[in-house]
Amino acid sequence: MNKSVCFYFQVHQPDRLRQFRFFDIGNDYHYLDDFSNRTIVRRVAERCYLPANRLLHDLILRHNGAFKVAFSISGVAIEQFERYAPEVIDSFKSLADTGCVEFLAETYSHSLASLSSMTEFKKQVKQHADLTKRLFGVKPTVFRNTELIYSDAIGAAVAEMGYGVMLTEGAKHILGWKSPNFVYVNAINPRLKLLLRNFNLSDDIAFRFSDKAWNGWPLTADKFADWALSALEKDDVLNLFMDYETFGEHQRSASGIFDFLNAVPAAILSRKLDFCTPSEAAQRYQPVAPLHVPFPISWADEERDTSAWLGNELQEEAFNKLYALEADVYKTKDDNLIGVFRKLQESDHFYYMCTKFFSDGSVHSYFNPYDTPYEAFINYMNVLADFELRVNEKLKSAKKAKNLN
Amino acid sequence: MRVLMFGWEFPPHIAGGLGTACYGMTKGLAHCGVDVLFVMPSASGDEDQSAVRIINASDVAVYDTCHDIEEFLGKVQFLRVGSNLHPYIDPTDFTELVEEEQRSQAEEFKFWFRQKYKFSGKYGKNLMEEVSRYAMVAGAIAAEQEFDVIHAHDWLTYLAGIAAKRVSGKPLVIHVHATSFDRGSADNIDTRVYAIERQGMLEADKVITVSDLTRNIVINKYGIDPEKVVTVHNAVDFSGREKISVNRGVKDKVITFLGRITFQKGPEYFIEAAAKVLKVCPDTRFVMAGSGDMMNRCVRYVAKLGIADRFYFTGFLRGDDVQKMFALSDVYVMPSVSEPFGISPLEAMKTDVPTIISKQSGVAEVLKYAIKVDFWDVNALADAMYGLLNYPALSSLAAEKGREEVDNLKWDSAAIKVKRVYESAVSGK
Repeated sequence: MNKSVCFYFQVHQPDRLRQFRFFDIGNDYHYLDDFSNRTIVRRVAERCYLPANRLLHDLILRHNGAFKVAFSISGVAIEQFERYAPEVIDSFKSLADTGCVEFLAETYSHSLASLSSMTEFKKQVKQHADLTKRLFGVKPTVFRNTELIYSDAIGAAVAEMGYGVMLTEGAKHILGWKSPNFVYVNAINPRLKLLLRNFNLSDDIAFRFSDKAWNGWPLTADKFADWALSALEKDDVLNLFMDYETFGEHQRSASGIFDFLNAVPAAILSRKLDFCTPSEAAQRYQPVAPLHVPFPISWADEERDTSAWLGNELQEEAFNKLYALEADVYKTKDDNLIGVFRKLQESDHFYYMCTKFFSDGSVHSYFNPYDTPYEAFINYMNVLADFELRVNEKLKSAKKAKNLN
Repeated sequence: MRVLMFGWEFPPHIAGGLGTACYGMTKGLAHCGVDVLFVMPSASGDEDQSAVRIINASDVAVYDTCHDIEEFLGKVQFLRVGSNLHPYIDPTDFTELVEEEQRSQAEEFKFWFRQKYKFSGKYGKNLMEEVSRYAMVAGAIAAEQEFDVIHAHDWLTYLAGIAAKRVSGKPLVIHVHATSFDRGSADNIDTRVYAIERQGMLEADKVITVSDLTRNIVINKYGIDPEKVVTVHNAVDFSGREKISVNRGVKDKVITFLGRITFQKGPEYFIEAAAKVLKVCPDTRFVMAGSGDMMNRCVRYVAKLGIADRFYFTGFLRGDDVQKMFALSDVYVMPSVSEPFGISPLEAMKTDVPTIISKQSGVAEVLKYAIKVDFWDVNALADAMYGLLNYPALSSLAAEKGREEVDNLKWDSAAIKVKRVYESAVSGK
């Protein structure tokens, strides 16, 4: 039997907040920086989503269905595409029509809800699955959590929702001597199969591709296919999970990333390897062992834990204060407020407050609209204060109306 | 009477309270019939000259007035502070070194002798250089102008005042708005600045301090004869200020800290008191307005105490935003560890905001209707906040009487005291 390579791409764009001053609290209900959101989404669409989708479409046709990929697109990214770049949605739809693209479920708001509130988490997963079904016609069966966050408990909850496969990071401190290139299962509920990201080979493309100081540079499709072949010598499936923005945005078109992507499928197929989607991989290969993950892991930073979002007191405080509002927000029964509540949950807001400047600073500063984590925190808390006022007002007026009746 | 006054800034271009104080004082002096020639390093021309004549030091070239360079230099030259340290050097070598340094400075001086020096008038990197060049220019101005007494504000202008005194022989009054001990902690002061301050105080005929608190520091920490140190409290001038209207977005009571977020201002005591008050009155909002080197630490502290949903940071406030902030406040707090005077409580009280100040601030000496607590006494501070929030009788009394009190702090009466100091300096008593 052939060994497989499994490509999965994450598509996400956060809702960046505008500068929201103390004086705006209670006076201004508009939180988003529309200008920068529009500018960035349009830019990334032109540099990455549109050309990369075109190329993938081409490759799928060229290889007669032998080339397959998987995507998950966050709900908030979809909303922004609808608003600022609707042609991106059309191009994803035409990819879906090829039948060689699998769409995975995730949290609608790209949130960290799985670390705080399981009820909120499940609501968002359902919201996202419905959206995917509506847009691409298929209900997803594979789940990937925000930033590949995973633990035994989260996996069990995901299995409970009816998902049979979940993706996560092949974190070294979890795997030890074991290889990420096999199918594993959840330690609590063995019916949930796990696909683990091979971070070495994934990051060769996502982070190191244009790094001229790297001894693998320049990375050609043949070289990469050889590496894939040797990685799969005794193993089953090579999981290459990365941000879709790798193609054209993080790695600029001038670096040759599109030429690389163009040549990779042929190089892989010529080495007697094949491509499969996550659900096919989980079906085809026998699980080798349960994976014990007592504490949450993720694909971020050196630590592969949740410290990029919840690693300092600023992040903890903002996170706790946000989820403390959950009950009140749902009591309002106001879809608009619930929508804002979900936007405020996007993991990116917490990422901006990260103080791990030194080791992973370059990645962090690339994604960060704020000069310092302190500014990010102050701005977020101002927005949250205004949001809390709105929620309380709504509750008060609802109570009044009830009393009148 | 005519006074040659040296300042560093003057409205509208100001960085701190010094320029505002100079402006108010010169207006008051004009009302008492004192002529003021106000020298500043860099004037931009849009200063209000109704009460003073402004001399821009950047426009003065030294060669016009003095003929004998050596003699001039003998009077105005100061070893440039901050020259290199030389450890383990014996006294003879050191003297030689100093002379060498003075010679080279003299050469340098001759080199730019015929040029005007463009001062930035800011508080930038080459501040020390600007301070000593300002002194040279001051000497030239003193030789040219007619006046009875010299008045120098804060250490930046002390060397200028000394130079003017040496050239003209007229008496020198220096005005201490702040000391090194108000800027760093007691065992971490800038020794170069301290040296200039002390030299200024020693060479002055009279020293004016903005509060008794500062007067004690001058006497005890600088070893100055108490006889020549006089306190003249600052005043405030709110004329021409319009009442600003704001839309209160937050209906809850707001307690405000407004100032630089530095060690001297005691921001962490404010935060600790806020945490205590929030336990009892969870619907209170706290604002820390301003910026400074302790800001990030304070943000973390607030997050750690878990009160960030009720405690906001605005960053540095410009222009109208300061007024707006006061208008939005129900209580104003200045928990300074060390504050020579402190104008902002007066601004708060002028806006009808009940005010809590630390006993360690100079302004505490003139205010009766502000609540005073020790800066370190967080419980007392929290008590005072709670009282002003919950007892309308207390807060309305503090607001009403406070405004009256502030209205009575007039620069005209401060100027009369300053004039008396001039007179005693001139008469040598």
